[in-house]
Amino acid sequence: MGEQKANETFTEKAERLKFSKDELLDMYKTMCVIRQFELMADKLYALGKVHGTMHLSAGQEAVAVGLSHATRVDDYLINHHRGHGHFISKKADINLMMCEFLGKEAGYCKGRGGSMHIADFSSNNLGANGIVGGGIPHSLGVGLAIQMKNLDQICITIFGDGASNEGVFHETLNMAALWKLPILFICENNKYGMSMDIERVSAKLPIAQRAESYGIPWYYIDGNDLLAVYEHAHDAAQKIRSGSGPVFIETQTYRYFGHSKSDRNLYRSKEEIDTWRTTKDPILRFGNHLIENGLMKAQDTELYEQEALRIIEAAVAFAEVSPDPDPSTVAEYVYA
Amino acid sequence: MPEITYVEAIRSALREEMRRDERVFIIGEDIGRYGGAFGVTTGMLDEFGDKRIIETPISEPSIIGAAVGAAVVGMRPIAEIMFMDFTLLTLDQIGNQAAKMHYMFGGKATVPMVIRMPGGSGTGAAAQHSQSLETLLMHLPGLKVVTPSTPYDAKGLLLTAIRDLNPVCFIEHKLLYKTKGEVPEGEYTIPFGVADIKRDGTDLTIVSNGIMVRKALAVAERLAQEGINVEIIDPRTLVPLDSETIINSVIKTGKLLVIHEACETAGWAGEIMAVISSSRAFDYLDAPMRRLTGKNVPIPYNRVLERAAVPQEEDIEREIRAIVKGAY
Repeated sequence: MGEQKANETFTEKAERLKFSKDELLDMYKTMCVIRQFELMADKLYALGKVHGTMHLSAGQEAVAVGLSHATRVDDYLINHHRGHGHFISKKADINLMMCEFLGKEAGYCKGRGGSMHIADFSSNNLGANGIVGGGIPHSLGVGLAIQMKNLDQICITIFGDGASNEGVFHETLNMAALWKLPILFICENNKYGMSMDIERVSAKLPIAQRAESYGIPWYYIDGNDLLAVYEHAHDAAQKIRSGSGPVFIETQTYRYFGHSKSDRNLYRSKEEIDTWRTTKDPILRFGNHLIENGLMKAQDTELYEQEALRIIEAAVAFAEVSPDPDPSTVAEYVYA
Repeated sequence: MPEITYVEAIRSALREEMRRDERVFIIGEDIGRYGGAFGVTTGMLDEFGDKRIIETPISEPSIIGAAVGAAVVGMRPIAEIMFMDFTLLTLDQIGNQAAKMHYMFGGKATVPMVIRMPGGSGTGAAAQHSQSLETLLMHLPGLKVVTPSTPYDAKGLLLTAIRDLNPVCFIEHKLLYKTKGEVPEGEYTIPFGVADIKRDGTDLTIVSNGIMVRKALAVAERLAQEGINVEIIDPRTLVPLDSETIINSVIKTGKLLVIHEACETAGWAGEIMAVISSSRAFDYLDAPMRRLTGKNVPIPYNRVLERAAVPQEEDIEREIRAIVKGAY
C-alpha cells in the first residue's frame, strides 16, 4: 500500500505506524498469551481433559494480533474454526474461553459450542464456524446491515486457504464487490487444508489473485510479520470505511500443530515444521526486533512467556472448578 | 370481507411489515422489476427501492448466508428462494448455520429470518421444480416450518413469521397462488403451533397441508351429501406442531388419514401417526391409521404422470370411503 518503504528498518516502520513502545510490547504479550493458550489446549487434551476436538493456531499469532490492532473494537468479526487467537486478540475473556473449551456452563456459549463455535455477540464477535467457508456469506448480510444503517463499521471475515475452494467464497466475493460492501476479507493461508497442501488443490496461486477477477483490491503478504499484517489491515480498513468496497488480504502463515486431534502429520516433514518454527516464527521474529532495537531485554522473553502462562493457568483453574451444564437444560436454546 | 388471492395476501403481509418495520428487507433472485418468478413481489421495488428489495446473482447458498448475517446483527431479512427445490443448494446455510446458531452459541445469537419458498407440483415443471421438501426441513431442530393453505392463513402466518426470532421456512404451494379467499384488510397475526379445523366432522380425521387441504375439502363437501362427515385439520405450522388438536379430533372420530403431497417414505404423515399411536388417542382408534401421500418418485413432466405422482381428489375420495367402510 501507498506508504510502505522498501528498505525501512523495524524502528522506522514502528515510528511511521505511530506505535509506542508500550503498544509494541502489548502486541508481543498478546501473541504470547495466544501461544500459551494453544499449548495448554494441547496439553489438556493429552491429559484427557478435553471432550471434543480443537484446531490450534500456534504459529499464526501475528495475523490475529496485527488484524485486531488495525481494526476497531466495534468492527464485526466472522471467524473460522481455528479461531482461538482471533478471540484472544479481540479481547475475549480468557476464563470464559477456557470454560467454553472445557464445555462448562460459564463458557461463552454455555458449553454448547466448544472450541469450534466460540462467539461473543456482545463484542460483535459473530462466532467461529465449523463448516469450512460457512461464515463467509454471512458477511454479505452484515455488510448490507451496516450499509442500511449508515454506520462506519466494517466486517472482518477470516477464513483459511481451504475455504477459498468453496462455492460460497466466490459467490460472496462477487456480491461484496458488486454492492461495495464494507468487508475486509482475510484469507489466513496456513498452507494446509487438513492434509492438503494448497498447491495441490488450487490451480493458480496466490489465492488472493482470485479477488482480482471480482475487481477487489488484493494483497498477498507475510502473515508472520506482525507489522506488515497491521499496516495492510489498517490501510485496508480505512479504505473500506471510506465506502469504496471490500479489500482482500491473504496472509501467508503456518500452523505448528496438526489440523485437529486426529492429525499425525503424515503429509509434511518434521524439517518443514522445524524450519517454520526456528526461522519464521512470528513471536520470535517480533521479539528479536524488539530486542535488537532496545525495546525489550533478551531475558524478558522468558518473563512474558511466564506471565502469559500464569494467565492461562488461572483460566484453567477457573474453568476446572466451573460446573458442567445441567442435563435437564439440553433442550434449551433450540428456539429463541 | 374482501376476497383476494394467495399471492396478494402474501404481498400484502410483506408490504405492511416493510412499512411498519424498517429492519425488514427482501433478498432474492429476480424479485425487482420481474416481481419474482411467481409475481409475489410485483410492484414492491417501486415502493421500497433497491436497498430493501435486493436482487442477487444466482447464488442461492449466499442468499441464505446473507440473510443469516443480516439477521444476527439485528435486521429482519426475508429471503426468497425461487423454487423450493433450490433450497437443496442451500442446505449448509439453512441446516448448519441458520438452524444451529441460537443453540450452538448458547442462546446469545438470534436469527430472525424468513425463507419463502414456492413448492409443490402441478405446473409441469418436472423433477427439479416441483418438490415438497417440508419433511427435510422439519428434521432440523431450530427451524420452524409453515405451510399455509389459504390466503387468510398465508397473510397472518407470514406476519408472525417475520416477527418470529427464529429462522422460519415459509412454504407456498404454487397451485395456491391464484386461489382466492377472504382476507381482512390491515394487520392480523396467526400464532404458530395452532392448527385450524378447516371442517368439522365426526366420521374421520384428515390431517393435511397446503394444496391437499383444498382437495380434501372439496371431496369432503361431496361426501357430506351422502352422510359421510369428515373433519379436516390443517396444522398450518408443521414445526411447531399442534398435536393436541389432532389428538382430540382422533378421540372424537376414531379414524385418521394423513394426506400430503410430499413423498411417503419418512414423510411427515409418519410423524402424525407416531403422535397418535403414542398418545391417549390410540385407545380410541377403531381402524388402522392411513396415509395418502405423494409416491416415492421424482415428479414427472408428462401431465398424466404428474397427476399420478401425487394424491388427486379421486384418490382422496376412494381412501375416505375405504376407511369409513372399514376396508382396512
